[in-house]
Amino acid sequence: MDNSTSKSDKNMEDLTEKSGKKVDYFALKEQQESKFNSKGSAVSEAEAEAMKKAKKIKDKPKFTVKEFKRQWVLIVIGVVYVIYGIIFNYLPLIGWIMAFQNFKFAKGIFKSQFVGLKKFQFLFSDNNFLMVIRNTFAMGVLNLVFSTVVAIAFAILLNEVRNKYFKKSIQTISYMPHFLSWIIVVAIVHDAVSNTGIINEILLKLHIVDSPYNFLAEPNWFWPLVTLSHLWKETGWNAIIYLAAITSIDPCLYESAAIDGAGRFQKMRYVTLPSLRPTIIILLIMNMGNVLNAGFELQYLLGNDVVRSVSRTIDIYVLDWALDGRNMDYSLGTAAGIFKTVVSLTLIVMANYVAKKKGDERLF
Amino acid sequence: MAETEVTLNRPLKKRKKKMATEDVIFYIFNTIFLLLFALVTLYPILNTLAYSFNEGNDAVRGGIHFLPRKFATKNYETVFAKESIWIALRITILRTILGTLTSLFANALLSYILSRKKFLFKSSLSLFWIITMYASGGLIPTMVLFRYLHLTSSFWVYVIPGMVSAFNVMVMRTYMGGIPESLEESAMLEGAGYMTVFAKIISPLCKPVYATIALFVAVYHWNAWFDAMLYNRMDPQYTTLQYELMKLLDNVSTATSGQVSAQQAAQTGGASVTVTPMTVRAAATIATMAPIIALYPFLQRYFVTGLTIGGVKE
Repeated sequence: MDNSTSKSDKNMEDLTEKSGKKVDYFALKEQQESKFNSKGSAVSEAEAEAMKKAKKIKDKPKFTVKEFKRQWVLIVIGVVYVIYGIIFNYLPLIGWIMAFQNFKFAKGIFKSQFVGLKKFQFLFSDNNFLMVIRNTFAMGVLNLVFSTVVAIAFAILLNEVRNKYFKKSIQTISYMPHFLSWIIVVAIVHDAVSNTGIINEILLKLHIVDSPYNFLAEPNWFWPLVTLSHLWKETGWNAIIYLAAITSIDPCLYESAAIDGAGRFQKMRYVTLPSLRPTIIILLIMNMGNVLNAGFELQYLLGNDVVRSVSRTIDIYVLDWALDGRNMDYSLGTAAGIFKTVVSLTLIVMANYVAKKKGDERLF
Repeated sequence: MAETEVTLNRPLKKRKKKMATEDVIFYIFNTIFLLLFALVTLYPILNTLAYSFNEGNDAVRGGIHFLPRKFATKNYETVFAKESIWIALRITILRTILGTLTSLFANALLSYILSRKKFLFKSSLSLFWIITMYASGGLIPTMVLFRYLHLTSSFWVYVIPGMVSAFNVMVMRTYMGGIPESLEESAMLEGAGYMTVFAKIISPLCKPVYATIALFVAVYHWNAWFDAMLYNRMDPQYTTLQYELMKLLDNVSTATSGQVSAQQAAQTGGASVTVTPMTVRAAATIATMAPIIALYPFLQRYFVTGLTIGGVKE
């Protein structure tokens, strides 16, 4: 099934590619007839190179008054989007100034007192802030590692299923939790680990514990609970992309591996995993920037005062400065937010650089 | 080396048979494992469903798995007797519909102009939006801005700021870029303008990607609670369903769940039909996720095509 569809897709691609080339070729001829009218010999250039050139010439927009007039509609729409973008996406960046001020809402962003790096100094001397950095990194890395590994394992196992309907049903069930909100997930986790929940019931039946264990009040259990909740919600969803990558692996590779005497697990190890490498790397790069984003809703909802020291993340720290009525300090919160964004960007660029160095796929 | 030769020299039939038994064992284990996986995924939801239909005091005893022990609909009656739930439901439906429509239109139009090959500012406008994917002002500057714009304490904070999503635009732009240019050119020869081409030619061809993006945006709006808490905390007339559910969750966890409700159970004697915070929350949870679960089997293929269209994941 999958083979035939992928084949037909390939054919389609080939077709469009060919037709595209044809158009380019005609464009090229036109261009040359008009430009190099005297030098008729230009047609004899290497075909591929010429077509590339033609495409470039054809796609390059010409900044002429006529062209401006012709596409004024597009330009007007573009201007509207730029205004919208400046207001909702770029003005908040200007708000970063607040981190260097003693910002007071009534005074506004231009009249508040300027304090330089004082807020950052406070931030890095605040033990709470160092603690939330640790928590954010720890949970982000745990989530990244486990969700990648489990999703790949799940995709590989699901790919081994022969029965089409069984495979489809399992997959459909597996990514359903992705569409539930974190609030629902937290409600479910609460129920599962409560005194009468299924986890404690099993533990009691197996005589591992004598009385119900309170997971939510145990700091050592918070990170594992967060990781497990993530796995429950996202494994099926994350597996989709790997499953798609697995089905596009050339079956010849498996056949030749079989001829060389590879068993099922050797095929997984020496064919499937290396073929997934580009996908894994590009997703890892993309998720690197999200390591620090991996901690907000779940930690905020699942955390409580007892596990405060391990549950709070940078985002929650920022939120506290924004919402805490008396000690509200927008400047400090902004400074913490800037720290997060800068670190995230650095991580993406670094991951991209490493991938580039190793000659693998990269994002940009 | 010697070993492989031996295996190769064995009669073909025997070798095949041995592989088959290995296969069978693997398939049995694999099937069991995947069934367990499905059970772990579904059990919490079915369990919550069972609790939501169970009588409150009885539920405190625990031990309910797939079916309610003492059937009761009182939990749902309690949930829907609250006025705030109806306000939240109205706001959530309104923002889901309005938010999805405006966002779809805004994303589609931007994708359209960015996918026109002759658009003069194509690459600069693309870059302008791609930057927003990586650099965002963060929570507090955004909040301060919304206060200056008088978007807080209003319904419009749900709809207007998040209308354009660079990621969705990139997905749609890729799809639109695959539509042959000749269609547009021939329509323009007939006298159609850019907007006519967008409405009459490009949009009908983009139905699959429109459906996918619309579904993702709709799910986002249905599940949103953080903006309600951040911007409309003091305005119960703009609350959302998930935010109400979150408040219930807070109440239950501060009441240290089981113990308090057990005391309540002892006091009331358990004669009449009662509710406990836990069962009410279960009912609210089920009510909130019901639309998604109900529509999910029919719509899930669109969710997946969204991934393959864009070629990348969120």
